[in-house]
Amino acid sequence: MTNLPDPLETQHRYIPNAGEDVREMLAVVGVDSIDRLFDSIPADVKLDRLLDVPGPWSEIESRRWFRALAARNVTAVDHLSFLGGGAYAHYQPACIDQLLLRAEFLTSYTPYQPEVSQGTLQSIFEYQTHQCMLTGLDVANASMYDGSTALVEAVLLAERLTKNRTKVVVAKSVHPEYTATLRTYIQNLGIEVVEVPWGADGRVDTEALRQACDANTFAIAVQSPNFLGVIEDYDSIAEVANGAGATKIAVVAEATSFGILTPPGAHGFDICVGEGQAWGVATQYGGPYVGFMVVRDALKRHMPGRLVGETVDVDGKRAYVLTLATREQHIRRGKATSNICTNEALIALAANMYLSLMGKEGLREVGEQCLQKAAYLRQRLSAISSVLLPFAGPVYNEFVIRTPFAAAEILRDLEHSKILGGLPLGDFYPGFDNDILIAVTELHTKEMLDQFVAALSAAISRERR
Amino acid sequence: MTTTAPEDNRYARSHEYVHVDGNVGTIGITEYAQKELGDVVFIELPAVGAQLEATDELGSIESVKAVSELFAPVTGEVVEVNELLRDKPELVNTDPYGDGWMIRIKLTDLTEVDELMSAEEYEEYIETESGH
Repeated sequence: MTNLPDPLETQHRYIPNAGEDVREMLAVVGVDSIDRLFDSIPADVKLDRLLDVPGPWSEIESRRWFRALAARNVTAVDHLSFLGGGAYAHYQPACIDQLLLRAEFLTSYTPYQPEVSQGTLQSIFEYQTHQCMLTGLDVANASMYDGSTALVEAVLLAERLTKNRTKVVVAKSVHPEYTATLRTYIQNLGIEVVEVPWGADGRVDTEALRQACDANTFAIAVQSPNFLGVIEDYDSIAEVANGAGATKIAVVAEATSFGILTPPGAHGFDICVGEGQAWGVATQYGGPYVGFMVVRDALKRHMPGRLVGETVDVDGKRAYVLTLATREQHIRRGKATSNICTNEALIALAANMYLSLMGKEGLREVGEQCLQKAAYLRQRLSAISSVLLPFAGPVYNEFVIRTPFAAAEILRDLEHSKILGGLPLGDFYPGFDNDILIAVTELHTKEMLDQFVAALSAAISRERR
Repeated sequence: MTTTAPEDNRYARSHEYVHVDGNVGTIGITEYAQKELGDVVFIELPAVGAQLEATDELGSIESVKAVSELFAPVTGEVVEVNELLRDKPELVNTDPYGDGWMIRIKLTDLTEVDELMSAEEYEEYIETESGH
């Protein structure tokens, strides 16, 4: 059993439930202890003791101790980082964070009263407009939690469209954490997830896709650029999906790629979802981020989440209101299009500011810099003897290299030179233990890239010895 | 004010009517229901060929106020869907018993119809339900 204080016996300082209240609630739900409520959490990740914090101390002493502890963290700020895999360090114009500090933005994420919420509504409307322009689709919602849950909602939306189909086909090269989130959400819904492998070039194996898609398939989901960094061929994927009558879902985890890649809407995709962190939001320890969802007009009434529309007020002046709210949970309760989503208004506002500040030309330049710098590094690294590029498909700002040595060893060696050299692909795909996923952004200079090439070359030489 | 429900229809407690002609039942919502809902903006209906059991959810109706479920008053197979409603959902408001019909069902069991309310019973039912 745990060494934690028993809440039935001790009164918690900040939780006002008396032991008797807790006992009564447990009796109602039919369990005999608080611990039983956490049974679904695997034992090996459950902390069964109090945190190991010395003290008691004064505030001054506590702060000093915690600051020293925090200083042991390795961060992308004091290292040269090539980490990506769904979180990308891009330039953020300084005014974004400064404006986000305004207190009125922090809590006002539910603008149900248009007469007092025009500012919030307008910013969401602008955000939605950006999403539509970038994805080439018709209707965007006010945002979602993040990329993974946006994919889940897209799959659930597609499932609602077709009655009696139960299979969704997902490319193995969709962010594995997104697919894991999908599996968690749908585990009790009678939906089957079938994964399709990539071919030799790192793109979805269209023949395998064709075989996986049948009359029971309600949707296919692919990511581009995919988790290997490779840009998919939307057209050949759409053709296979059309043959099966499946809804086509495009996932985009690197949202600056919209600056130079043709959008999924232009290739006949029905839904585009993804992660908006790359739009000027700091990587900030993995969150909060912002998911986006954009759909064809015909799907708008099936789309979950909040939606802001433009209208005119009694004087004929432009005004904004929540639209199609009758399908949302505060009105439709259990029958709402989703009871597990909300919008990430503050982060969506940051993305809106970023996209407004960058504009069409700015976003294109970010895309071009990412593309060209990644191409330079990829070419330089591949010139190192024993470094291979396992996937030949076209890439944007992320790519995989393979060495004869364990990625974990190489990356540990690079850390001694204050370089975070990328993600070990084997952490996501068993068996790819020698592969490293490397991300490049506009923040990298030529000197930084050259420094990385030299450091990697040296690390490989050391491994060889 | 009472609304006049046509004598030759049968009525469900969930405010759908069925008009039986041979073994085919035409289904829609009542005058009372459309008035309660307000302006209808969207209607989601099943596909031709769908099998419905009596009291099954057959679709949904969205007005400016709310989205509500529609229920099948009888069991059978959907043989026709009113395609006009796709672009003109307001027909449900203006002519619920005529052009605002929703689906036609080939009835499996004609005796089910007898379990539904007559026009007179329905009028009484909505009097009680609306509380005046």
